[in-house]
Amino acid sequence: MAEVQHFDHDVLVIGAGGAGLRAAIEAAARGASVGLVCKSLLGKAHTVMAEGGVAAALANVDDRDDWRVHFADTMRGGQYLNNWRMAELHAREAPARVRELEAWGALFDRTADGKILQRNFGGHRYPRLAHVGDRTGLEMIRTLQDYGVHQGIDVHMEVTVLRLFTREGRIAGALAYDRERGRFRLFRAKAVVLATGGIGRAYRITSNSWEYTGDGHALAWQAGAALQDMEFVQFHPTGMIWPPSVRGILVTEAVRGEGGILLNQEGHRFMFDDIPPNYRAQTADTPEEGWRYVMGDKNARRPPELLTRDHVARCIMREVRAGRGSPHGGVFLDIAWIKEKIPNAAEHIKKKLPSMYHQFKQLADIDITATPMEIGPTTHYVMGGVRVDGDTQMSTLPGLFAAGEVAAGLHGANRLGGNSLSDLLVFGKRAGEFAAGYAREHPALAPDPGEVNEVTREALAPFDQPTGENPYAIQHDLQDVMQDLVGIVRREDEMSRAAEELGKLKARARHAGVAGNREYNPGWHTALDLQPLLIVSEAILRSAQARQESRGGHFRDHFPDKAAELGGVNFVVERDPPGTMTLRTMPIPPMPEELKQIVEENK
Amino acid sequence: MATATFRIWRGESGRGEFVDYATETTEGMVVLDAVHQIQAAQAPDLAVRWNCKAGKCGSCSAEINGHPKLMCMARLSDIDLHEPVTIEPMRAFPHHRDLVTDVSWNFRVKTKIRKFTPRKPDAADGTWRMLQEDVDRVQEHRKCIECFLCQDVCHVLRDHHLHEEFIGPRFLVYVAALEMHPLDVLDRREELRKAHGIGYCNITKCCTTVCPENIKITDNAIIPLKERVVDQAFDPLVKLARLFRKKGTPEE
Repeated sequence: MAEVQHFDHDVLVIGAGGAGLRAAIEAAARGASVGLVCKSLLGKAHTVMAEGGVAAALANVDDRDDWRVHFADTMRGGQYLNNWRMAELHAREAPARVRELEAWGALFDRTADGKILQRNFGGHRYPRLAHVGDRTGLEMIRTLQDYGVHQGIDVHMEVTVLRLFTREGRIAGALAYDRERGRFRLFRAKAVVLATGGIGRAYRITSNSWEYTGDGHALAWQAGAALQDMEFVQFHPTGMIWPPSVRGILVTEAVRGEGGILLNQEGHRFMFDDIPPNYRAQTADTPEEGWRYVMGDKNARRPPELLTRDHVARCIMREVRAGRGSPHGGVFLDIAWIKEKIPNAAEHIKKKLPSMYHQFKQLADIDITATPMEIGPTTHYVMGGVRVDGDTQMSTLPGLFAAGEVAAGLHGANRLGGNSLSDLLVFGKRAGEFAAGYAREHPALAPDPGEVNEVTREALAPFDQPTGENPYAIQHDLQDVMQDLVGIVRREDEMSRAAEELGKLKARARHAGVAGNREYNPGWHTALDLQPLLIVSEAILRSAQARQESRGGHFRDHFPDKAAELGGVNFVVERDPPGTMTLRTMPIPPMPEELKQIVEENK
Repeated sequence: MATATFRIWRGESGRGEFVDYATETTEGMVVLDAVHQIQAAQAPDLAVRWNCKAGKCGSCSAEINGHPKLMCMARLSDIDLHEPVTIEPMRAFPHHRDLVTDVSWNFRVKTKIRKFTPRKPDAADGTWRMLQEDVDRVQEHRKCIECFLCQDVCHVLRDHHLHEEFIGPRFLVYVAALEMHPLDVLDRREELRKAHGIGYCNITKCCTTVCPENIKITDNAIIPLKERVVDQAFDPLVKLARLFRKKGTPEE
C-alpha cells in the first residue's frame, strides 16, 4: 500500500480562487478548522485572469439601479433556466460583498465623488461593474489572499484532489497528491466545499489555464452528487486569434464597455444586423445612440456590442462562415476609433484598458490605440456544474458543497459578464457559512481504507506502463473532439461521432503511460487529469444531445429556435451504481409572485 | 518552418545539467510555448510551473539567457535563435526539479507583515470616500503579480542569502501599498527598519529592471519607505517626543 499522509479539518475547501478563498475565510470566521487545497500556488488561480469587473447594484453611477434590475437582467441573460433563488440572493447580496472587500483593502476605481466607480457591460441595464482598470480579478484574489492568510487557514499549495469519499451517505474526506513530491494526502473532513472552477481545458481554444480540467465536476459526479446544465458552455466572443500561440487568450468585454465596436472584413458594424426580440427595447437604434450610452447619457440605450455573450459569439461565427471574416478567421474589435469622439483617446484607452494594451503590444505587436484587434470566440466558462441548494450551496450529497463556477444555477443558459466575480463572493461566503454549520452538527467519518488504497493504486498505474501512450497526445485529441464536434454550433451527426470518439479516448486513457518518478512530473499530472476531462466531456455531450433546441450558450444546428417545453427544465446528470452516466430532466420550480413581478416590470 | 535549440536545466534539488532540445518555431511563439512543445513531444516529465500564459498570474518565472523573465511573455522574435536559448530556474530560491523552484519562503514572509487595518468608515452605510488620485499611487503597487522575479534578482537574497533579515523588493512593495493606502491606519516603520531589514537595500534598481508589471519598485516604493523610516528614526523632534513618552524604558 502506498504511503499516505493524514490531515483532519472540519471543513476542506478544494480550490483557492475567489470562491474557495471566500468560503475558507467564512468557515474559519465561524470557528471551523479549515484546510484550503490549491492546485497551483496561492493567488494564481483563474480568478486572477478576470478583467472587466464585479457586478453589484451599488447604484453609484446610475441611481436607477437596484437589486431587482440586476436580478431581472441575470434571469433574462440566463434565458430563465436560472435557479431563481440563487439569482435573487446574488443580486441582493453582491453590494455588501463588494463593500466588504473594500474593508479588507481592495482599491476599486473611483467616481468623482469618491465612491466605487462602475462600468457598462453586456446584458447589464445600467453601469454596474466595480472594477480596477482591467485587472479586477487580480485585485480581488489578492485582497482575499492577503486577508485570508491571517485567518488561521491551513493552505495546501500545489495539491490536486483525486477522489472524494463518502460514508453512511455523506461526505467523509478526500484523497489528493502533492505536485512537489508526488506523495498522497488523505483529508478527513466533516464538510467539503468544491470551488474548483471550470472545464475549459476540454477544448482546444480556451481562455482557461491548465488547471481547468473539470476536477470538481468529476469529483462530485463520482461521489454520487448530481450535475446540471452541462450543455451550457460559454464561448466568450472575444479571444485573441493571432499569432497562433496566443489563440484563445481573453480580450475583456470591457473593451466594448468602453466603446469598442465589432467590424467585419468590409468594415461593416454587423452587430446592428441582428438584435434578439427580447433585447430590442433596450438596444440602441443607431451608432450615435450607442456612443451616447457609452458616454453615460441616461436616455440612450446600449450599443448592440453589449448584447449577451452567447449572441455576440454567434454573430461573429455567422460573419466568419459567410466569408466576411478577418484574415485569420475572426472579426475586428476596434477601440481606436474613439479618437474621432474624444481628445486624448490613446491615453484614455491605456488608462481604462492597461492590460489589454500591454497584452496586444507584447504578444501581437499591435497598438490597440491605433489599430483594430483581430478576435474570435474562445471557450471561457461553464454555466453548468454541481446541482446545489440555492440558500446553502449544498449539493445532493450531504456534506458536499459547491460555489463559484463549479456550481450550477445562478447563470442558467448564459452568464452575464461580471456576474462571475460577484457569484464567487456571494456564494463562496454562503458555502463557507453553511459548511461550517454542517461540520458543527456532524461528527467526522473515516474514509474506508480499502477505497483509499484502490485510488492510490489507480493513480500510480501510469508508472506501470512507461511505454504506454503519451498522455499529452490523448489530451490534445480530446480537445480536438470537443472543439470540432461539441463546440459553438452543435450538429446531431457530429455529436454522434463525438460519442464514439470519447469511447475510444476512454480506452486510450487507461493505457496512458509515464516515465520518470513522482516528483513534479507533469506527464503524470496530465495522465491523471484525463479522467475528470473525460467525465465532464461526456456530461457536456450527453446534455447537449438531450437539449433539442437553441438557448443561451447551447446552439443546435437543426433546432435553431427555442422550444417552449424546454424552457422550464434542467438536464441533470448522475452516476448510477455500476458507474455509468445517466441523464434525466428536472422541472424548474415556479417562481414566487414577487420575483415574477420583478421580471415583468423590467421587461 | 525554422528550428531552434533550447538548452534547458534538468535535474533535482540543485543537481542537474543543461539538456539541448530542438523544436520547431512558429510566428508569435513565446518561450513557454517552446517548453510546452518539448514537454508534449520529447520530455513529458519536464517540470515547469505555469498557469495563465498571459502575463497575469506570475507563475512561469525563469532565467532566459541569464535574464529573469516570465516565459509566457518572452517572445522568440526578441531572442537570437542562432544560438541555443538557455532556460534555467530562478536561482535565488531552493531548487525542486527542472525549472521549478521552492518559492514558499515568500508566502511565509507575507504572513509576518501586519495586515491592512482601515480607519472608521466615512459614511453611515459603512463605506469610504477616496479620490482617484490617491488610489492611483497605491494601484501601481497592487499591480504586482507575485512572480518573485524581483526577489530572484536582488543581490541581498541571491548572493548574500539574507532571507531571515530582509523581506526583499516584493514585500517592500507590499508594505508600501499598505503604508500608502488611503484607509490604512497602522504605522509599520519600526518593523521596516528592524524585522524587514529595509536598510539592506542599497537601491541598485535591479528589481525595477526585471518587473514585468513595470512597477517602479525602487523609486516609488522603496525610496519613499526609506525616507519615512529615516524621518521617524532620526528626526530630533520625534526622538525627543519618544523620550518623554517612553519614560524609563531604555532606547534600543
